[in-house]
Amino acid sequence: MAETTISRSTLARAGVQTAEEIMAPTPGAMMRRRVFGHFGLMFGGFVLLVIIFMALFANVISPHDAYDQQLGRKLIPPIWHDSPKATWSHPFGTDHLGRDYLSRLYHGAQVSLLIGFSAMIISGLIGTILGVMAGYFGGRVDMAVNFLITTRLSMPVILVALAVVSIIGSSLNVVIWVLGLLIWDRFAVVMRSATQQVRSLEFVTAAEALGCSHLRILLTEIAPNVMNHLIVVATLEMAHAILLEAALSFLGLGVQPPTPSWGLMIAEAKGLMYFDPWLIAIPGVALFMLVLSINLVGDGLRDVTAPENRS
Amino acid sequence: MAIFALKRLGVAILVALTVSLITFSMVYISGDPAITIAGEGARIEDIENIRRFYGFDRPIFVQYLEWLWNAIHGDLGRSFSLRVPVADVIFERLPTTMLLGACAITFGLTLAIPLGVLAAVKPNSIFDRAALTLAVVGQAMPTFWFGLTLILVFGVMLRWLPITGQDSWWNFVMPAVALGYNVAPAVMRLTRAGMLEVLASDYIRTARAKGLRPMTVLFKHALRNAVIPVVALAAVQFGFMLGGSIVIETIFQINGLGYLAWESIQRKDLPMMQAIVLILSIIYVVITFLADMLNAFLDPRIRVT
Amino acid sequence: MSDRILSVEGLEVSLPVPTGTLNAVQGVSFHVERGETVCIVGESGCGKSLTALAIMDLLPKRARRTARELTLLGEPIIGVSESAMSDLRGNRMAMIFQEPMTSLNPAYTIGNQLEEALLRHRKVSRAQARERAVHLLERVGITAAGQRLRQYPHQLSGGLRQRVMIAMALMTGPDLIIADEPTTALDVTIQAQILHLLAELQREFHMGLVLITHDLGVVARIATRVVVMYAGQVVETGTAAEVFGAPRHPYTRGLLDCIPIPGKTKRGERLGTIPGMVPSLVGHMQGCHFAGRCNYVVDACREAPISLTATPGGAHQVRCIRADELIGERATAREDVA
Repeated sequence: MAETTISRSTLARAGVQTAEEIMAPTPGAMMRRRVFGHFGLMFGGFVLLVIIFMALFANVISPHDAYDQQLGRKLIPPIWHDSPKATWSHPFGTDHLGRDYLSRLYHGAQVSLLIGFSAMIISGLIGTILGVMAGYFGGRVDMAVNFLITTRLSMPVILVALAVVSIIGSSLNVVIWVLGLLIWDRFAVVMRSATQQVRSLEFVTAAEALGCSHLRILLTEIAPNVMNHLIVVATLEMAHAILLEAALSFLGLGVQPPTPSWGLMIAEAKGLMYFDPWLIAIPGVALFMLVLSINLVGDGLRDVTAPENRS
Repeated sequence: MAIFALKRLGVAILVALTVSLITFSMVYISGDPAITIAGEGARIEDIENIRRFYGFDRPIFVQYLEWLWNAIHGDLGRSFSLRVPVADVIFERLPTTMLLGACAITFGLTLAIPLGVLAAVKPNSIFDRAALTLAVVGQAMPTFWFGLTLILVFGVMLRWLPITGQDSWWNFVMPAVALGYNVAPAVMRLTRAGMLEVLASDYIRTARAKGLRPMTVLFKHALRNAVIPVVALAAVQFGFMLGGSIVIETIFQINGLGYLAWESIQRKDLPMMQAIVLILSIIYVVITFLADMLNAFLDPRIRVT
Repeated sequence: MSDRILSVEGLEVSLPVPTGTLNAVQGVSFHVERGETVCIVGESGCGKSLTALAIMDLLPKRARRTARELTLLGEPIIGVSESAMSDLRGNRMAMIFQEPMTSLNPAYTIGNQLEEALLRHRKVSRAQARERAVHLLERVGITAAGQRLRQYPHQLSGGLRQRVMIAMALMTGPDLIIADEPTTALDVTIQAQILHLLAELQREFHMGLVLITHDLGVVARIATRVVVMYAGQVVETGTAAEVFGAPRHPYTRGLLDCIPIPGKTKRGERLGTIPGMVPSLVGHMQGCHFAGRCNYVVDACREAPISLTATPGGAHQVRCIRADELIGERATAREDVA
């Protein structure tokens, strides 16, 4: 025992760092430091939380009924416009049917988040199952999944979505399902390569050698190690789904009026944009901020969870 | 190389066939296409007539084979609404969309690749940050909103560019920017990541150890290798762009395939919708195939085996 | 002096790391005369490779390099412009790297990459460059050289690629070649071939050769002079005969005990080991760097920096205050099996 102590102090005097010294900050503390030191993640997270708050409490914080049409008060400009019509009663103004723009903006956040999140879950399930199977089993399964991915990529998403929605008829559920069934490709691609990487690591081989079942290896060895990739793709695909929903609604085949969707608000304001550009600016900026914040959170999570991959 | 090309061609044909099957079955997702055409409140006799007229009463598989056989021979059916062969209309509109796509991808690549290279050569510099910001912003910008904003700023306020139509090259500037800006972030990021990886590689150190000039090292030795994955990505993005043309062409009222698609979707012109989806998918398949061949040409590890 | 090819005096290389500054190379000095082979030996991470890269001015961008003197053929090669350096690199001095598998550009043919070096530095036609490339490929022992020129790196084995790298270094007929562990990535059978080829070419072209290697057996045979590095410093230097015949630093002796010597090492005898690990070079270190692992450490070893001192009347230098007392002592803890 005495000898060990001596040799350790000897090492220390000679400038040798012992394991404890090198590990000094705990992993948790390092992670916290990285999270709070990451501007994009903090900014994106903050904006996203604000928008989620808007969506959750839309009914409470809306100054007016988002569906209440009063033609007598239509097209009131927002408060920052130097106009005698601008009023604090409608800080973001009113649309061509006299509906309060701020209230519609709050409710539009609900639609965007709901569709984005649900479509992401559906596509995430499909893509993850396909990708993990391809990466784990390889061989023919991999070939088949690759073929599915290529086929899926060759079909233009917006066009197919529009066509299908126009044939079945549009509703919130239809939009969610159509998008969910269409955008699983990136999940599959990323999960496939992530699983392939983990698959070749020694602890998986070891688990196989121990005779663990495929399911057990997938759940206990593979899943925890591909989770960070999954979270990053999930954020990006949610943003993707939100953009697609907005585009569908803009083209008149997504969310149907009078439901407030940001894409639909822009479509409704399109004819008036030369005279009242704020009508498309407000929902456009909202949409941009939402997608930006989700992307920033996704990028941030990637940086924070895999600092060695940061360039 | 020949084997690689043949294999790749086989996959491409198989994908095209699968897409044709999916496209064909699209008509049936609502159940009865005859009802879709006739409209909800139509009389039973009318629906029956439509069914017989379009041959919906025959077995689905026979219908598919016939449709496929005709499609291979250039007959994509007759438009429900325009009452003319679908193929004629499509090939009349296609060049416009291809031109738009070509302008857009050119804009996207000339913006993204130099930025990506610059960002990688000077990491954490102002260029790097600017490129990264541009990428993050570009990824979050809804194409249709960006298009409208361009119209508002450059068409209405500044009056620099024509707002709609396709009479001159100037008409294509804004649509190409709106569409091409969309592909820039991904290409930029990939170029940057590829260049960073290549610049840190051993063979770049060898090139420098030979005393080669920095420009030779950068362009001959680094970019050549970094650009290989970008080619594949650009092809994929070009395919996405053709799909995205529906949004841009409606906004800018360009009479291309996208606008045609939107019109036929509104009129529920099923053969036209089918044909457009099929054509765009096949263009995508062809372009990615060509990109793979170009890659093989650029990367001797694929070409020479 | 006229035939001194490379002179390195007080070379320092430091790298910023998250925990401070890594002083990777600390005051390294050595020189290479024409026709000499100088071998730098030491464990991984002792600063050998960074020393080589520092001479070539190929250090990573964030690294800092200083030296009291760094001259090639009498001309300073520190503090000169990048374009002046690139005129020398691949021309008067060339480098052979550790990883032949990744050191050639996969996108270009062998011929292209060989000719490039000559075309950059000499006014020759492509045909002349090709002729020289074929000649050198044959010289480094590559058959069917004309066809090899049209091949891509991935079509060649590691041994062949390293021969190509050697030919590439010779294209301009340099005065100095630095070979950084040129054989570590290769099969054992090929290692010796490559090292002997290098030694042979060095004599034939009458160059200076700096060889960085682990392979002490080869060093003993081909080195004119040996530089032993430990933790960023030169701990012992002298002619091969001096360093191998009468090693004076405990570390050198430890290294030598680690290798079996045919005829000397008895069957069943345990080889020596050097216990402990290389100290971190982050920040400033007091005293002898080897103190933490040395069997003969005394308090004085840790009190002040130890300087490199020459033995009386010789070029043999050692960085150990007890070097004279310890002659004859065993270097490593060798358990004597009963």
